[in-house]
Amino acid sequence: MSRNAQNDHLTRLEQTSIHVFREAFANFRSVCMPWSMGKDSNVLIWLARKAFCGKIPFPLLHIDTTYEFPEMYEFREKAKVIHGIDLIVRVNEDAIRRGIGYATHDPVTVTHELKTVPFKAAIDEFKWDALVTGIRRDEDPTRAKERWFSPRSAEGNWDYKDQPPEFWGQFASTAPEGGHVRVQPLLEWTELDIWEYIRRENIPNPTLYFARDGKRFRSLGCHPITHPVDSPASNIDEVIEELKLTKTSERAGRAQDHVGRNSMQELRAKGFM
Amino acid sequence: MNTQSLSQPVSTSLPSVEDHRKMHVVVVGHVDHGKSTFVGRLLNDTDSLPNGKIEQVRKNCAIEGMEFEYAFLLDALIEEQEQNITIDTTRIFFRTKQRAYAIIDAPGHKEFLKNMVTGAASASAALLLIDAKEGVMDQSRRHAFLLSLLGVKQLVVLVNKMDLVDHSESTYQKIVAEYSAFLKTLGLTAVHFIPIAAKHGENVVDRSAKMAWWKGPTVTEALDNFAHEDDLTGLPLRLPVSDIYRFDHRRIIAGRVEAGAIRPGDELIFQPGGRRSTVRTFEDWPGPESRSVVGTGGSASVTLSEQIFVERGQVASHPANQPRVGREFRARIFWLGKEPLVQNKTYRLRLLTQNVDAVIAKIIKVTDASTLESKEAASVPRDSICEVIVRATRNIAYDLHSECPITGRFALEEGGRIHGGGIILDAVSKSEGPSGKVTASERGARAGHPPAVVWFTGLSGSGKSTIAEAVERRLFDAGRNVIRVDGDDLRVSLNRDLGFSAADRAESVRRASAVAGLFAGTGHITLVTLIAPLAADRAKARAALANHTFIEVFVDAPLAVCESRDVKGLYAKARRGEIAEFTGISSPYEAPESPEVHIKTDKTSQEEAVDLVLSAIDKILQGKGEDWEV
Ligand SMILES: Nc1nc2c(ncn2[C@@H]2O[C@H](COP(=O)(O)OP(=O)(O)OP(=O)(O)O)[C@@H](O)[C@H]2O)c(=O)[nH]1
Ligand SMILES: [Mg+2]
Repeated sequence: MSRNAQNDHLTRLEQTSIHVFREAFANFRSVCMPWSMGKDSNVLIWLARKAFCGKIPFPLLHIDTTYEFPEMYEFREKAKVIHGIDLIVRVNEDAIRRGIGYATHDPVTVTHELKTVPFKAAIDEFKWDALVTGIRRDEDPTRAKERWFSPRSAEGNWDYKDQPPEFWGQFASTAPEGGHVRVQPLLEWTELDIWEYIRRENIPNPTLYFARDGKRFRSLGCHPITHPVDSPASNIDEVIEELKLTKTSERAGRAQDHVGRNSMQELRAKGFM
Repeated sequence: MNTQSLSQPVSTSLPSVEDHRKMHVVVVGHVDHGKSTFVGRLLNDTDSLPNGKIEQVRKNCAIEGMEFEYAFLLDALIEEQEQNITIDTTRIFFRTKQRAYAIIDAPGHKEFLKNMVTGAASASAALLLIDAKEGVMDQSRRHAFLLSLLGVKQLVVLVNKMDLVDHSESTYQKIVAEYSAFLKTLGLTAVHFIPIAAKHGENVVDRSAKMAWWKGPTVTEALDNFAHEDDLTGLPLRLPVSDIYRFDHRRIIAGRVEAGAIRPGDELIFQPGGRRSTVRTFEDWPGPESRSVVGTGGSASVTLSEQIFVERGQVASHPANQPRVGREFRARIFWLGKEPLVQNKTYRLRLLTQNVDAVIAKIIKVTDASTLESKEAASVPRDSICEVIVRATRNIAYDLHSECPITGRFALEEGGRIHGGGIILDAVSKSEGPSGKVTASERGARAGHPPAVVWFTGLSGSGKSTIAEAVERRLFDAGRNVIRVDGDDLRVSLNRDLGFSAADRAESVRRASAVAGLFAGTGHITLVTLIAPLAADRAKARAALANHTFIEVFVDAPLAVCESRDVKGLYAKARRGEIAEFTGISSPYEAPESPEVHIKTDKTSQEEAVDLVLSAIDKILQGKGEDWEV
């Protein structure tokens, strides 16, 4: 595929995401990009480097739940060097001291304590007014309702019942008092797009996504609540072929999404990504 | 749930997908006419849902004691399900055998028109649902009006719930007749009116046996016939500047090409402002090569050959095909704000990356988007359409919507939130434009750069004129308005009556600064070469030219050097006493204490000297650019 083929589907997605990045950087005082080290996050890093001609001009944030897969920590250190990342790492030490953990608590509580709480604390500490996230509309029906720029209140709440209009490339340009704006460059991408782009651009990723002993991870979260799926796909070509045929949803392996009637909506309204 | 089998035999005969671009289709229409049900059914019948999705929604319905609705596949918010209503737009990706789609399910309730607009604005085609039993309603009409404003031209109408009217062809025909007449008044036509029963999947993917009279396409057939929007690459270049990056030694102009295409070597003009330069490189990462052309939709990272002042908001184009520059135009606006739009009130106008204050100078007429009745009014209620005169507080670059849709439309913002959008119909004629005296900044805008006075002082023979001439050549060749005012020329014309006494020298400096002021007033970079030996006189000149950027260049050569050059033989004459009060010999030269540029001609080559002066001019003009109002 020629680099000049402007009209191919992946290039279109890429160019739109770059535009979203640039508009965010031009509009907001202080930008940060949370980084989960997962595939979407790694595509975001790549797109940011393209948007800013090589070097990402803002910090990345890793909220370390302490339940990451060991391979992810290794990947973090490697990727930090490869991409020249200015990385901030935060852990909710207090919750850990209080004994919050998967062995004793339900996934919704642990996700809240170890992810959402330190995330909000970091926002308070650094006073970012824009956070770049890697969410996609195809992941979940509530994410399908998201905007490119999505304002969050000071408490981090998403007012999904009254979202600002967004059209003709004009986005919500100011954060609510004390709040911030979520910038979401990957909204239009699908899981398949992500993998095809990773293949095309050769973007570094953890190898947990590829099958070992007939199992692979399709989505990566905390290890106690993230389960591999049966799959023989041991390299990127096989993953792509598998996704073209699959009819199972991507987050099926994530336990916290499946508690109660609409736990994703509740989690997200309270500030979960 | 831990392990699910994803392994299936890999088929080598996947349906070949010809067009990988997603076709964006919005589904609109009056509340409860069945939009979400239709989209849910479409996903179901094209086998696009993940395994177990329907069962999961059915189970949830049973738990909550609600009847199952296909709409719940889209209406995922608890509030939506409880009220059986869509609140915000959902975007779902799916594919037919032919191509990929993004289907945008918009809400029909009038409370959520802003969300409908958000969904429809990104679509290339629309499906508009009308309930066969209820018939054409308020939002059926309002949505069509908005589609026409948003530029969604391809439309298929779905006459839904045919099961509730016994699949009657005559009921269908009545709706077709009424609604096509309405569309016509908007200048819209529907490609098809397809009778369907979304809930039962009739004529959605599968043909309905109960409507054997229908010979037209099913919905999926009609979808596959929608065409992608025209590529705007054939239009003149429009590259709005999003930002200037100076992360390293490079100075990169970042922006997205909204129309046309750009290549290295292209000459660009940036409006408003009118500065010109040439595209040197594209700084594509990761390299090593960069693209040879960036077409419409592509993000460009441009370095320029000259370090001209550029800022966010300006639009780069080719000089032969520029956007309009002005501050007043007639526009058609759709207003979504809770508070009405008010005449004489100031809003933020956002057009591409430009963001300026703008007054609604006049509301010409307000149209009810459903009844199409128009009237005069001083304010525009929510969800209406109006025609207005917009007057921005400063010039903006734009096109008429009919010339280039992307650069001919804008959003209106108040309190950090977008409340409306509009398309530009025409420019308001000059006589209604800015009035009063022509200002220096207006002249500067035409010249493309602010004016300045560059004053070369130094002994006779120090090299003032030589350097100034070279500087003039370089500026002239770069397209700047530049002029030189030389002391020797003035001596034989304007200053013919003056001698070399201290008083005459003061008067000569005063006259030269007056002339320089006039030239600078016309927008020129004015190069003055005059010995002006006395600090006090030079200070007066600087003060007299306080309105302009003033750059003092001290051309510093030791007397002995000047005397040894003695190009005009003047030093010899002065030594012989033939010229009285000759600077350096029989009259003092007070060297400047802190000139903007200090050139030691005995140590600096002429080229270096010229570069020093040019870079000082550039730096000062650049720095000034920030608050330099055009
Ligand atoms: N009988 C019958 N009922 C239908 C049909 N299509 C939709 N409905 C019903 O109409 C009601 C409203 O459907 P929705 O799909 O929620 O309507 P909507 O247009 O999405 O509504 P909003 O998004 O709130 O504007 C539901 O109870 C559906 O079951 C149909 O073809 N036949
Ligand atoms: Mg609906």
